[in-house]
Amino acid sequence: MSHSAQRLGVVAESAPGETRVAATPATVAQLVSLGYEVTVESGAGSRSGFADDAYAASGARIGDRAQTWGADIVLKVNAPAEDEISALRDGATLVSLIGPAANPGLVDTLAGRQITVLAMDAVPRISRAQALDVLSSMANIAGYRAVIEAAHAFGRLIGGQVTAAGKVPPAKVLVAGAGVAGLAAIATAASLGAIVRATDPRPEVAEQVRSLGAEFLDVGVAQESSVDGYARETSRDYDRRAAEMYFEQAGEVDIVITTALIPGRPAPRLLTAEHVARMRPGSVIVDMAAAQGGNVEGTRPGEAVVTGNGVTIIGYTDLAGRLPAQASQLYGTNVVNLMKLLTPGKDGRLVLDFDDVVQRAMTVVRDGEKTWPPPPVPVSAATPPKETAAAPARETTDGRPPSPPGRRRHLVIAVAAAALFLLTAFSPNALIEHVTVFVLSIVIGYYVIGNVHHALHTPLMSITNAVSGIIVVGALLQIGHGGALVGLLSFVAILLASVNIVGGFAVTRRMLGMFTRS
Amino acid sequence: MNLATAAQAAYIVAALLFILSLAGLSKHETARSGVAWGISGMTIALAATVVLAADGSGTLAVVLLLAAMAIGAAVGLWRARVVEMTAMPELIAILHSFVGLAAVLVGWNGFLEVEAAGDTRTLGGGTPLGVHHAEVSVGVFIGALTFTGSVVAFLKLSARIDSKPMMLPGKNYLNLGALAAFAVLTVLFVISPSLGVLAALTVVALLLGWHLVASIGGGDMPVVVSMLNSYSGWAAAASGFLLDNNLLIVTGALVGSSGAYLSYVMCQAMNRSFISVIAGGFGIEAGPAGDRDYGEHREITAVETAVLLKEAKSVVITPGYGMAVAQAQYPVAELTRRLRERGVEVRFGIHPVAGRLPGHMNVLLAEAKVPYDIVLEMDEINDDFATTSVVLVIGANDTVNPAAIEDPGSPIAGMPVLRVWEAENVIVFKRSMATGYAGVQNPLFFRPNTGMLFGDAKQRVEEIVAAL
Repeated sequence: MSHSAQRLGVVAESAPGETRVAATPATVAQLVSLGYEVTVESGAGSRSGFADDAYAASGARIGDRAQTWGADIVLKVNAPAEDEISALRDGATLVSLIGPAANPGLVDTLAGRQITVLAMDAVPRISRAQALDVLSSMANIAGYRAVIEAAHAFGRLIGGQVTAAGKVPPAKVLVAGAGVAGLAAIATAASLGAIVRATDPRPEVAEQVRSLGAEFLDVGVAQESSVDGYARETSRDYDRRAAEMYFEQAGEVDIVITTALIPGRPAPRLLTAEHVARMRPGSVIVDMAAAQGGNVEGTRPGEAVVTGNGVTIIGYTDLAGRLPAQASQLYGTNVVNLMKLLTPGKDGRLVLDFDDVVQRAMTVVRDGEKTWPPPPVPVSAATPPKETAAAPARETTDGRPPSPPGRRRHLVIAVAAAALFLLTAFSPNALIEHVTVFVLSIVIGYYVIGNVHHALHTPLMSITNAVSGIIVVGALLQIGHGGALVGLLSFVAILLASVNIVGGFAVTRRMLGMFTRS
Repeated sequence: MNLATAAQAAYIVAALLFILSLAGLSKHETARSGVAWGISGMTIALAATVVLAADGSGTLAVVLLLAAMAIGAAVGLWRARVVEMTAMPELIAILHSFVGLAAVLVGWNGFLEVEAAGDTRTLGGGTPLGVHHAEVSVGVFIGALTFTGSVVAFLKLSARIDSKPMMLPGKNYLNLGALAAFAVLTVLFVISPSLGVLAALTVVALLLGWHLVASIGGGDMPVVVSMLNSYSGWAAAASGFLLDNNLLIVTGALVGSSGAYLSYVMCQAMNRSFISVIAGGFGIEAGPAGDRDYGEHREITAVETAVLLKEAKSVVITPGYGMAVAQAQYPVAELTRRLRERGVEVRFGIHPVAGRLPGHMNVLLAEAKVPYDIVLEMDEINDDFATTSVVLVIGANDTVNPAAIEDPGSPIAGMPVLRVWEAENVIVFKRSMATGYAGVQNPLFFRPNTGMLFGDAKQRVEEIVAAL
């Protein structure tokens, strides 16, 4: 199969400040196992901490720029520059971030070449495609990093402390937008000990926010539920009320992290200069939407600025790239998952299937023909709250408190106690004595067994088995009374129970004899 | 002091010894003395009872009694000697059925002695006759249920019948109907005790016991066996009520509650509610999971596995029922010994429901002389997989299925599993690519760090040992 395998090139990123790479040694090994011949441009992984040798050890060849750009399939993180597009050979396939909605000119340029282009940022939001969703995987890291950047710029402790030298109050963090990035930020801030508040126009995310230990600030104006997993533009009424809420919060919180994005549109303005002015000196704002115009008035993309009243506004656009090794690993894994989808035969041959909505939606250009925008995907996210929940909620389930069992347990105990009371109250005296013995024995049985070592479950069962052979006592007391039939039945019962007693004890001893320590 | 009070005193001592016995069985260090306590308790109780019985009846009865005990003891001893450790579940199940049957017989005797004999006196201890009727019917019911339930469990475990769950239409209604019939028949029996009603009640209980266990599938057997254990205790306790015997009540309740607790632990290990296990039918939810494309699995040979093991720093072995079926515990123990001699850290990870009996794997490994302090349970070892070089999955499937954690749509979603896939290498010993008991495909087999070693587990392990 090697003669028919396609060549796959992992190129170095040319964008200034970009630290990521489209494949790591770990993902290269997976690409090789799909049958591809992988060439990695020398130095491509250096800024993510992956040396050429590591790629070579995973089965890649190390090549120069021309070799990697001349491959059948080129893997990249950022959209290609003009000269890079011309370096692609005819018939090649390019996989990278494109941003087709925001960069129509780029799509046209790409369509001018006899190539196929798959946009990693055009993955439809359906559960099957989650494994390919770069926006989610990057947003997750970026959300974490946003809190770390804020904590760095914020000259105080995040978590509250009570020390001998006095009390330190915890920082208050407001997260605007509870998408993947927002939820990651909430979780990170909460784990640092901050008091976290979050808001989002989609009412269905309130539960996720609370599950991470944050308070959900409800604007109080009904918004329709999201149908495609992304936030929509908000109504004017909503915006007015939200602005009032931000105004109020700005006076209280120490750190604001904004993550509001609407697909295909500039980022909505959440905090005005007036809001920022209200914040205390030393406060920090991280505007994660800086690249799309910013949620905050005064944000400068790629920079951190300090306002006149001492508020730091961080507008870094490379938050994910500030954790390059992991960002590359996640991006690389998304790419591998795409390649698995595109390589049904595992034979190193890329097959594009336009009947598959995921592949169709991601394909921006096919053989020089512009295929953007794709026909609307029949989104399986027709059950909106579920679908939006899918990505972030998966990570959060662990943090959710196990509330129902406790209450149910109380209920069960109460019911049992009531039933026992009724049963006993209406029983004749003789029975009450038995019931007392019976109930206490049950409790003893429970506590005696409670701490049994898992390895001893079988011996325990066989000994309880032997002990329950005590029923022989009943038969023994019956054998001499009544007629022949009673005698016969008792005889059989004694015989059976004796098998049990002797067999049970003997086999338990035999088993325990086998357990040895090292 | 007369004979009766002496017997009562002996019973109290015996009851305390039984409690000590069960308590002793919860730790390795005290387990053996626990058995000794149990045996002495039983001896005291039996001696007292035999003396008491001999006092009130003729020579023939005493001879019969001693003969029955001797025969029973001989049979019991013989079975205990020869039983294979892999056949423990069957043995325990059939022993449960004996207790159940004995309870039925004791109940019937109670009826024959009192109700059928027209003995309308108020019984000993001031028990009114109506209570006695009720006790007979409850005792017979629980006993009969235990009896047929255990017989079916025995047949399933010894593969004499198919272990697939039996799916009768409306099975829950059948169970509920049987319970309702029991209630009605008990009321009838209390009002006017007759042979016919008791016989009908016995039949209903026998059928219910059969149906309950028949509709539970093979993978739930650990729960079923410990549940039957619990039932057999309740049956003994019910006989105690019937016979006015506190020793039976105490012992029965001890066994009953400990068995119920064990079943509860097992259910938690499978993340399932107790009710759903008892009502049976895990397999139904297992939808068509096979049509998803998981990719290719990778095969590995015994020799390659041996090379991996040689270079490994730490190895974890996770056995399942397949190890018992293949009788692979001896070669596995040999492999363990060899690797430990080479300085490789070898440990075992046991899922709570591995095998067909709670603790089944532990007993098998102990039989093969694997030291018990390297045999760990799931929670003890789960966090260590990430730092493990090689995991050997021997005859386990559902208990190592990542779908339980990763795929919320999977029928086994939420079941705690051994996270073997976090290890550097996973070798799965398997006969073929068939699905596990739950009928769920296992994505573990298709992971890039998983190698499939097909064939008989025993043979393959022996080959690895040879290659070392």
